[in-house]
Amino acid sequence: MSIGPKETTEAIALYTRSLDCVHCGLCLPTCPTYRETGRESSSPRGRIYLARGVAEGKLALSDAVAEEMYLCLGCRACETACPSGVRFGSLLEQMRAEVERVGLRRGPAKRIESFLLRHVVPHPRRLRAAISVVRAIQAVRLDALALRLAPAGLRERIALAPRVPHARDRAPLPRLVRAHGERRGRVGFFVGCIMPELFGDVNHATVRVLARNGFDVVVAEGQGCCGALHAHAGDRETAKRLAARNVAAFAAAGVDVVISNAAGCGAALREVGEWLPATGDVLARRVRDVSEFLDAEGLRPPPTPFPRRVCYDDPCHLLHGQQVEAAPRRLLRQIPGLVLVAHDDAAACCGAAGIYNLTHPEMSRAVLARKMRSLASADPDVIATGNPGCMMQLRAGVVEHGLRAEVLHPVTLMDRAYGGGRSVGEPPYL
Amino acid sequence: MTTPARARLLDALRAAVGADALLCRAEELFVYECDGLTHHAARPFAVVLPRTSDEVVEIVRACAKAGVPFVPRGAGTGLSGGAVALADGVVIECARMNRVLEIDPVDRVAVVQPGVVNADLSKVAAPHGLHFAPDPSSQLACTIGGNVAENSGGPHTLKYGSTTAHVLALELVLADGDRVRIGSRAGGEPGYDLVGAVVGGEGTLGVVTEATLRLTPLPEAVETLLGIFPDVVSACHAVGAVIRSGLVPAALEIVDRRTIEAVEASVYAAGLPLDAGAVLIAELDGPAVALPRQVERVRALCARAGATRIEVARDADERQRFWKARKGAFGAMGRLAPDLYVHDAVVPRSKLPEVLAEICAIGDRHGLRLSNVFHAGDGNLHPNISFDRRDADEMARVLAAGTEILELCVRAGGVISGEHGIGTEKQDFMPLLFSPDDLGAMRRLRDAFDPDHRSNPGKIFPTTRACVESNPKARGYERVSFDA
Repeated sequence: MSIGPKETTEAIALYTRSLDCVHCGLCLPTCPTYRETGRESSSPRGRIYLARGVAEGKLALSDAVAEEMYLCLGCRACETACPSGVRFGSLLEQMRAEVERVGLRRGPAKRIESFLLRHVVPHPRRLRAAISVVRAIQAVRLDALALRLAPAGLRERIALAPRVPHARDRAPLPRLVRAHGERRGRVGFFVGCIMPELFGDVNHATVRVLARNGFDVVVAEGQGCCGALHAHAGDRETAKRLAARNVAAFAAAGVDVVISNAAGCGAALREVGEWLPATGDVLARRVRDVSEFLDAEGLRPPPTPFPRRVCYDDPCHLLHGQQVEAAPRRLLRQIPGLVLVAHDDAAACCGAAGIYNLTHPEMSRAVLARKMRSLASADPDVIATGNPGCMMQLRAGVVEHGLRAEVLHPVTLMDRAYGGGRSVGEPPYL
Repeated sequence: MTTPARARLLDALRAAVGADALLCRAEELFVYECDGLTHHAARPFAVVLPRTSDEVVEIVRACAKAGVPFVPRGAGTGLSGGAVALADGVVIECARMNRVLEIDPVDRVAVVQPGVVNADLSKVAAPHGLHFAPDPSSQLACTIGGNVAENSGGPHTLKYGSTTAHVLALELVLADGDRVRIGSRAGGEPGYDLVGAVVGGEGTLGVVTEATLRLTPLPEAVETLLGIFPDVVSACHAVGAVIRSGLVPAALEIVDRRTIEAVEASVYAAGLPLDAGAVLIAELDGPAVALPRQVERVRALCARAGATRIEVARDADERQRFWKARKGAFGAMGRLAPDLYVHDAVVPRSKLPEVLAEICAIGDRHGLRLSNVFHAGDGNLHPNISFDRRDADEMARVLAAGTEILELCVRAGGVISGEHGIGTEKQDFMPLLFSPDDLGAMRRLRDAFDPDHRSNPGKIFPTTRACVESNPKARGYERVSFDA
């Protein structure tokens, strides 16, 4: 893909982006895969150098280059450390798109991944049906059998699968939920694709907490998957198509703010302006993480004490992807009786990274182990984190490393402190 | 090397460290072709990542047997090409040798492996009220092994001294695979100062596999002032005045306008004033009772030297932000151009104002974007030139300006490197400072450690024709090509 006059603008943008790196190395200590391996090629600086080498035609876009691009967790901690402002996340996505374009990723795992990402995840009904099948399997304990019979590599992956909640916890949200008490405004809510199926309770809690805080919540029709998983996997075209659907849905809903409660989705929605230069910017500028929004607007003090030791753990795509660090901590401190305990490794990736824990289980577990050691020494009652992938990963980590902590979304803690989360089947929308 | 010989060496290296710690694919080697100095590049034959000193011995023995040179490397943040393997050499990457083996608060020492990150050591020592004083700007990433090799400095060198003042003893693997220990935990070993020779030896005397370091108590109190000056030269006058007054500040750093603009546009923005021609960061530390008077004196001296405004860091958080901004300056310059040439030279403090004025003139004459961010208290200059290595004409002007700057500093009674080392970057400037006899004496010292020149060859000593002729052993190591 050596850069010549006939190259695509994306390839040229990729090349230009690689030039922003002056090779200072301040990203190295923040990179989970560099921390584990000590290899330059598995560091952000090394990956940028590889990208530049490919763009300049000094290096072929080979399997080895592709491997490094996919070994990256995409946590973007390097962006937070980079004085030169390299947009590593975008550079990585473009490199992965190049890898896909030249067809370097093959094999059954890749085919299953592509099928799921293209034909299941973006379609709510198909996704719901698929998840229902998993629930049926879990209901008759077939998963436990699979866990016993499967070879070791597969077993670890099956163990990561979350329990699918009961159908009542997967009930769809109403189109509009009215504000409670004095009305402070009107917001759109981004539902997501996996969230309503596996973390429906978090979605319901989010809407309740927003309503409790005086906001009308509009669940815009026609919205769907944000496309983050597709973009991360190098499928920019599907990502753009999904983004366009969301742009249209929220434009029609007529809201000035769009709330996301999943860090990965929020970070992707904020990049829609880059994916769709002509139309995406309006949506991108309106997106707020629920914690960031409530912190900025001022939280109505929750009445119910919630006396727990809580470790907050930063989702990478909230901390590095959206630069939201203090807001969720400030909100949690306002819950009466809650004690927020710092832990050393809060800012590091947990190793979930979308579907990374399935594609790279070994590295994922190594990265997770470091974090679990840090959490174990803080010994919390609750680990709070605001992203579905991280919640699943940390729940698996808690079991594997024998911690006693419960893993919850911060908004669930707030919801409980408002006393509102008892019945999800018929949500008390006030 | 013949193909079977290559295969034999790879087998021996694999046996030494395991397949997981041997890198030999083209793509893996490509990223090791340079360190922080991007325009000097050479690809290694292989990279190994040992975890123990025993493994280093095995690696070095394998290299000796094959007659292949080797280069120790840490985080590759060096700025003089020191960690680049010339002549198809093997890179010994020490990133996995990152254990702090011991902290002793009574002896005030740390015993560490060479891959420990500088800032991590201070973090581990902090609960004991101690820290490792050398604090190069790359300290969040750079390793102790690299600090020892380059005799790294940092802003606080002014009061605490550079790395050489903080190394008590070393374990060193010599080029024939022998492991030796030099220096003493008690400090001040009698006889020749071998530790002093190895610190700043740029990896040419062997591979450091363990370092016993001096730890320094954290000061009771710290105050950080920002003197805002209309230009760099008046800030330099303030530095002279502070030193003359007898004060011993912990750091006296100058950052010019172009650097401030780049840093303030970055994630390390700290609220440095954008209207300043230059900012003098003056840090004072010591007993709390002594500081207020010192702060007042520095304030008065800055005002007299022409400061338009003086600010004091409100708290530890703000101070840390100032330092992060100062230390992120190199990386932030990537906002101006794809490449940055970080120069490094020292002049006597008294000469700072005139030398700085002339350096700016040199940059202008060559039509280059030159900025200054430097350890003013030490007279340690870092004129930084932003450029694009793909532009051959600009590259030539960058190198020409660099030569003029070094000549200027030597004329002013200075030296050609303060803390970055000579490496491949400045080897041909060594004759500016040293006669053939001087260089001969250095070479004999090197021969005593490494008679076959297998440990990081092609560094420090000039490669010009005359020198090669007077030193047959340097033959075969070609000048590193500029990757223009």
